[in-house]
Amino acid sequence: MRPTDVGSPDYFHKVVDCQWACPAHTNVPEYIRLIAQGRYDDAYLVNRKSNVFPGILGRTCDRPCEPACRRTRIDGKPVAICRLKRVAADQKNDIRDRLPQAPAQKNGRKVALIGAGPASLTVANDLMPLGYDVTIFEAGPRPGGLMRINIPAFRLPEEVLDEEIGYIVDMGVNVKYNRPVASLKQLLDSEAFDAVFVGTGAPKGKELEIPGRHDSDNIFIGIDWLASIHFGHITTVGDRVLIIGVGNTAMDCCRSAKRLGATDVKVIARKTRKYFKASAWELEDAEEELVEIAENHSPVRFITENGTLIGMEFDRFLSSEVDGKLVQVPDGRVVIPCDTVILAIGQENAFPWIEREIGLEFDKWEMPVVDKTTFMSTRPGVFFGGDAAFGPANIIWAVEHGHQAAISIHQYCLGQPLTDRPLSGQSLTPTKMGLHEWAYSNNYNSAKRQKMVHVQMPLRFSKMTIEVEEGFTEEQTRAEVERCLNCDIQTAFTDNLCIECDACIDICPTDCLTMTQDAEEPELREHLTAPADNHEQSLFVSGTLKQTGRVMVKDENLCLHCGLCAERCPTFAWDMRKFELHLPYAGFPVPQATPQALAKQEAKS
Amino acid sequence: MSYIAKPKVHHPSLRKNALGLTRRDYEGAITTLCAGCGHDSVTAAIVQAFWDLDIEPYKVAKLSGIGCSSKTPAYFLREAHGFNSVHGRMPAIATGAGAANRDLILIGISGDGDSLSIGLGQLCHAIRRNVNLLYVLENNGVYGLTKGQFSASADHGSTSKKGEINGMNAIDSALLAISLGATFVARSFSGDKAQLVPLLKAGLAHKGLAFIDVISPCVTFNDHEGSTKGYAYTREHQIELVQADYVPEHSEITTDYEPGSVKNVLLHDGSTLRLRKVAEEYDPTDRDRAYALIRERQRLGEVATGLLYISPDAPDMIEQSEAIAEPVYNQPFENLCPGSAELEKLQLRFR
Repeated sequence: MRPTDVGSPDYFHKVVDCQWACPAHTNVPEYIRLIAQGRYDDAYLVNRKSNVFPGILGRTCDRPCEPACRRTRIDGKPVAICRLKRVAADQKNDIRDRLPQAPAQKNGRKVALIGAGPASLTVANDLMPLGYDVTIFEAGPRPGGLMRINIPAFRLPEEVLDEEIGYIVDMGVNVKYNRPVASLKQLLDSEAFDAVFVGTGAPKGKELEIPGRHDSDNIFIGIDWLASIHFGHITTVGDRVLIIGVGNTAMDCCRSAKRLGATDVKVIARKTRKYFKASAWELEDAEEELVEIAENHSPVRFITENGTLIGMEFDRFLSSEVDGKLVQVPDGRVVIPCDTVILAIGQENAFPWIEREIGLEFDKWEMPVVDKTTFMSTRPGVFFGGDAAFGPANIIWAVEHGHQAAISIHQYCLGQPLTDRPLSGQSLTPTKMGLHEWAYSNNYNSAKRQKMVHVQMPLRFSKMTIEVEEGFTEEQTRAEVERCLNCDIQTAFTDNLCIECDACIDICPTDCLTMTQDAEEPELREHLTAPADNHEQSLFVSGTLKQTGRVMVKDENLCLHCGLCAERCPTFAWDMRKFELHLPYAGFPVPQATPQALAKQEAKS
Repeated sequence: MSYIAKPKVHHPSLRKNALGLTRRDYEGAITTLCAGCGHDSVTAAIVQAFWDLDIEPYKVAKLSGIGCSSKTPAYFLREAHGFNSVHGRMPAIATGAGAANRDLILIGISGDGDSLSIGLGQLCHAIRRNVNLLYVLENNGVYGLTKGQFSASADHGSTSKKGEINGMNAIDSALLAISLGATFVARSFSGDKAQLVPLLKAGLAHKGLAFIDVISPCVTFNDHEGSTKGYAYTREHQIELVQADYVPEHSEITTDYEPGSVKNVLLHDGSTLRLRKVAEEYDPTDRDRAYALIRERQRLGEVATGLLYISPDAPDMIEQSEAIAEPVYNQPFENLCPGSAELEKLQLRFR
């Protein structure tokens, strides 16, 4: 294999599984260490830099980081990254004087953002400090979009929303509430704005057109129903409630129904659990509240009697797995009695307010054609982000879209080509503090994942606004932070220092290291100290070693980052260096080392 | 040394041997030797060999004297018996342990100071008695614990870290062992586990004293230019005379080498040592020629490694002394101490 190039940030970034998996590339290990040190303000700000809403996401994030977490591969459970994020947000002091500020002198550019959800708010967050005049048009009375009206307050308290959205709006964003944009053409024709960003989400719940759908008033679309609860338009529900669909919206619906007084709540799924769209932890939380989840049911019709909904009929299936695929065979029909049905089978985009003749192309699915890198539509100066760009995803993706769109808007306003994306950078800092001391907690801690404590059962149902999760106690936090394997503290290898003494190989607890004759990757993977069968994880391959002409190979998969290889290395060939990924944001490119500077660095080492 | 212990977690592919133990179960405490010490690699090779052979750790006694090498029994087989004797006296303790319990699997770890200076006489007599012991001499040519003076195995003309030249001739432990009539003599290198592990296994299976001199560089005091026991020097000058593969009993021996290039030696426990003749015209069962060839290589400035000499059928100490077949320790008291009447009878025979 070619020796691994650790000069570009990608190699070491990929080793930090959580950061790599996070759409916004939040520096997770760094903020967990800061929490461990009790530096909650700093931990919060590390978070905020990339994900903008640590308090909100610390409660509601889809957590792509957690399934990726290396700890899962070690002891079966990921670090509770998301809940630690919340600890930082909950425990911090007033950090307002450390937040970016808008300059007194505006730069003369005006930008309109449509919809005050996470994507638009992120764009505002990034552009305000650069002196932009930002106007947000919001259809509702308050900012937050889906985060406010679709996520129930028992999962996300309003104060958290208000605080974090306030940090952005208070920079002087001009938010026009109750002002839905009825015509994009009109907005563009007014020529009042240098750029327009559409962050209107995927606001339309999917319909289920089967017999009886319109025979009763007690059949609701999930996201609309949740919004109605938020606005206080709906305060009651029938005793027996069926939720159709088993995504995260369905979980919010079933748990909301319990709080409105329903006694018998069932979530109905077409497939088996393995295929459920809802996150595992949301399913667990719903089941804890005695919501029944029924697999293998496909809706046939609604049954009404004199205009009153009395039940729903389903096709049933028997499911089995054949060659890893779900095979379902019919197993008769069943009627499940109910008073109310909530349809939570997905969301769609809807752009009735965008005229089709303004040079903004739509594809055959009626979605705007948006560039995946620049987030610009086919009409120059009109950008999309969040669910509005490519369909429903989640908050953290909306935030990342916002960052990228802000970069594009800034470059667009400066007349720079949008495809010329600013590059990220890396720094690697030695962490050696003494003979056996490192600037991080390198000892492996066998603590098990801490369990979130929930408010007691009858009490939590008494009000819609009682936050169920109590947050980690100090003790739980202390235990959980030590589970982090510090994957950002990288094992950096310098081949010409190695004397091939085997010390690192002998000490490595997880058999990551091998010195062997070089070969192509598939062959190498089979002939290491331990087989490297997780192909998603990289192999590090050094240059040729001086004494035997072999190469040092490291399988990144199960490295504990315990630093023992570096501790046992007599020549400093192995060192533990803290990797920091420097991400570019609008107006803040990452300084890139010139070829001359790189050559100088090379000569030095 | 390290402040943290080696974490218990391991790779999921870590296999179990016939006893249901993993390689990690054969480890000991974390090493307190210098980072990069050759002895740690020897330790790892010993762990591997015992694991490979499915040996119950409690059946093993680890014996050592004084020195860096003699610390290492703490770092492997944490559940085995152990005795850390005074300087150079490991062979005496091993002889006693072997006499009391012939079923014990004895491994003695020593160094060039422990074996070739203060304990030289002990080594000679253990070899002469052919004690059933795997004798590992971790040879680095230097007194590491006392800051790097030349040891008895330091080569003539080699230099200390500060540049002094050694004017005395070295005691070559392998030649010494062969000349004393050792029945198993090998030399290896801590940086070459592919060679060392099979030799250790063969040594454990060998009946009698298996002597393995392992060049085990002292990374702190003897791994510089001018050193003849360092990593780079050994790699440059090592020449493998005979490659030994250890083939356990019941394993089918499949030869995929040129006919005539492989010699199988049956060991007394039924296992086989498959010797691949790397160097032409070398017969590791011919003592005189083995001696001559090692000397010749030395003159060429080479370090001959591999299985240098083996005599698989020589009687060991137990057989020489015509001891009872059962281990002495589980004999009833009456047998061990038959009473004064019996003693008198015995004494009468000598009057």
